[in-house]
Amino acid sequence: MAKTRVVVTFRTTTEAMAWERTCKTEGLPGRLIPMPVEISAECGLAWIVSKEEKEPLLMRARQLDLSYADVIELKKETR
Amino acid sequence: MIYLDQAATSYPKPPEVGKAMCLALQTAGNSGRGGHLLSLEASRLVFEVRWELARFFGAEDASCLAFTANATESLNLALLGVLRPGDHVITTELEHNSVLRPLYSLEKRGVEVTILKADRLGVVDFSNLGSHLRLNTRALVVNHASNVTGNVVDLGFVGEFCQDHDLILIVDAAQTAGWYPYDLQHSPIDILAFTGHKGLWGPQGVGGIYVKPDRVGVRPLKTGGSGVQTFSKTHPSEMPEALEAGTLNLPGIAGLGAGLRYIQNLGLSQIRKNEAELITYFYQGVRGIPGIEVYGDFSCLNRCPIVSLNIEDMDSSLVSRLLAEEYGIFTRSGGHCAPLMHAALGTKERGAVRFSLSHMNTKEELDVALQALAELAAGQGREYHG
Repeated sequence: MAKTRVVVTFRTTTEAMAWERTCKTEGLPGRLIPMPVEISAECGLAWIVSKEEKEPLLMRARQLDLSYADVIELKKETR
Repeated sequence: MIYLDQAATSYPKPPEVGKAMCLALQTAGNSGRGGHLLSLEASRLVFEVRWELARFFGAEDASCLAFTANATESLNLALLGVLRPGDHVITTELEHNSVLRPLYSLEKRGVEVTILKADRLGVVDFSNLGSHLRLNTRALVVNHASNVTGNVVDLGFVGEFCQDHDLILIVDAAQTAGWYPYDLQHSPIDILAFTGHKGLWGPQGVGGIYVKPDRVGVRPLKTGGSGVQTFSKTHPSEMPEALEAGTLNLPGIAGLGAGLRYIQNLGLSQIRKNEAELITYFYQGVRGIPGIEVYGDFSCLNRCPIVSLNIEDMDSSLVSRLLAEEYGIFTRSGGHCAPLMHAALGTKERGAVRFSLSHMNTKEELDVALQALAELAAGQGREYHG
């Protein structure tokens, strides 16, 4: 069933790749998806997680000094 | 066939380089151009090689390194993207045309250029750098190792001078990437230009530029597709995408990654030790042949594996041709795209024959080359081909 999701956005593909690499190494939840049009019709990638996973993920990201552009809660339900 | 033109491009490439390139063609899409599996795989591949290169060069992080086509493109970026009319830049007679020609072009646009002289051994005395300093001096660009003599510039003194006078230090690492153990985040180098197809053992057509973060901004020479910020009228300013407009050379980057892993497995220190032994052996052999003049300063052992020479009054292109046609030995003659260096060495009119080695070469190959040189110096072949 679809549920509320949160996405982390990035300024560059390199930033997204660095994020994914570290998340995989650390066993953190989420995966890369194309930038949802709800946020922007621009090209680019976003990291999607469930709403419940957001805070622990961001806390660890801060500890690891991982850079990203923004964190946005999707209003539309998605998979 | 004996290949002694490693300074032009390294050969033979390790088999894994070609395999990595083929695999990239078969399994990856376009990096940074979508979220589907093939695009993501391409983006991951590019990032992994970027990250490995950053670690190899001791860079702050992967975003400091942008991919280019070669060292020439990187140097054009560094010079045309940093210097502005009214700036003064210091360089040397050691430089390759990939530095000199952009500087001549900038000179016409109002950039002041000072070129430090090299002596008859092709060595630049940096001790009087201070006398060339002006109020508008912005940068110093230097070839880390000459592609003609193999002599290495001591970046310690030059780097300290640049730091003391807040100059941007741009280093041409065409001959030294994959040979010199850089530690960029702890070094005074602000911009490093390198190619992938020489000491890094990758394919032709891929290279890179390191830009020290929070220290210097490089204006891009091209703008366009970036995979991000589609609706902005300007190209992204964030590194490395700021300097990477358009589709990247994915097979080239994959091959470069394989080349890098190859030399890391061998170990830089082992490669340098092996090459130092070979070049010393060759140089000593050459010195024993009457009629041969060798160029460069061989009092210093910290040098790239290059020996450039001439045989008496023989045309360097004839010597190189005879070596190739009669002995199957491949070298490079002429001016090596380093006109001021050849003028300093006194070889502007005739060029020189360059022998450049790598750890792939053997003493047996060098023995054949030494025998060939001895025969040519003794006059054999000249009457027929003269």
